[in-house]
Amino acid sequence: MDLSESKDFLVHTASLKEVRVFSREVFDKLKLDNDLKEELVLAIAEAAQNIVKHAYKGVENTTDHMQIKISLKDNNLEIGFFDKGKPVVAENIQHRKLDDIKPGGLGTFFIKQIMDDAVFKKDQQQWVNHLILSKKI
Amino acid sequence: MSYKITEEGNISTVFLNGEIDMDVTEKAKEVILPIVESGKEVHLNLKDVSYMDSSGISVLIESHQKALENNTKVVVKEVSKSVLKVIMMAKLEQILNLE
Repeated sequence: MDLSESKDFLVHTASLKEVRVFSREVFDKLKLDNDLKEELVLAIAEAAQNIVKHAYKGVENTTDHMQIKISLKDNNLEIGFFDKGKPVVAENIQHRKLDDIKPGGLGTFFIKQIMDDAVFKKDQQQWVNHLILSKKI
Repeated sequence: MSYKITEEGNISTVFLNGEIDMDVTEKAKEVILPIVESGKEVHLNLKDVSYMDSSGISVLIESHQKALENNTKVVVKEVSKSVLKVIMMAKLEQILNLE
């Protein structure tokens, strides 16, 4: 089953629950196994959280929206994240070392554990950042 | 997220309920950390936590570390399957006191 759905969310921590609800609804349509579904929901929620936490760092009460697009074609799942926050320098993104036990720095690690690939593209004029997470399912 | 706290001797048990994400981590810390800082042993019961992301994991780590500083401990109990999976993904099952 091929599918493509997108939704806009206010850039705010309170939107993260809506992001998860949207993601679960889409994955339910794809009839994904529950464990895989919850892993993918975690990866999506972590990427959305990174937009709120990092791309909009220091920005209070923005009215900006981020867009999340989930597409499946020929068993290739692609999840796009679009935002108008501060430009992300992909080379600067790194998770903390796992043996350096401290709060924070795990979101990107989870994304890398769950997804096959995570790439920032500069192909969208109307957005600042465009992250694509992909996974063969 | 909602919570309930029960007391028995020097042990406070915090029952967390719902989904723990970045939106509720401050609230979770406001509930847990003062008890830890008072020197009490804290049992975090997670049987009704259906979802936890990296922010929630940070609360567990911070609580654990704060407990060590205060010569007490945080025990994480009855972890739901979905949360245990995230704890194991972070390779924290040997670090946190899981029961």
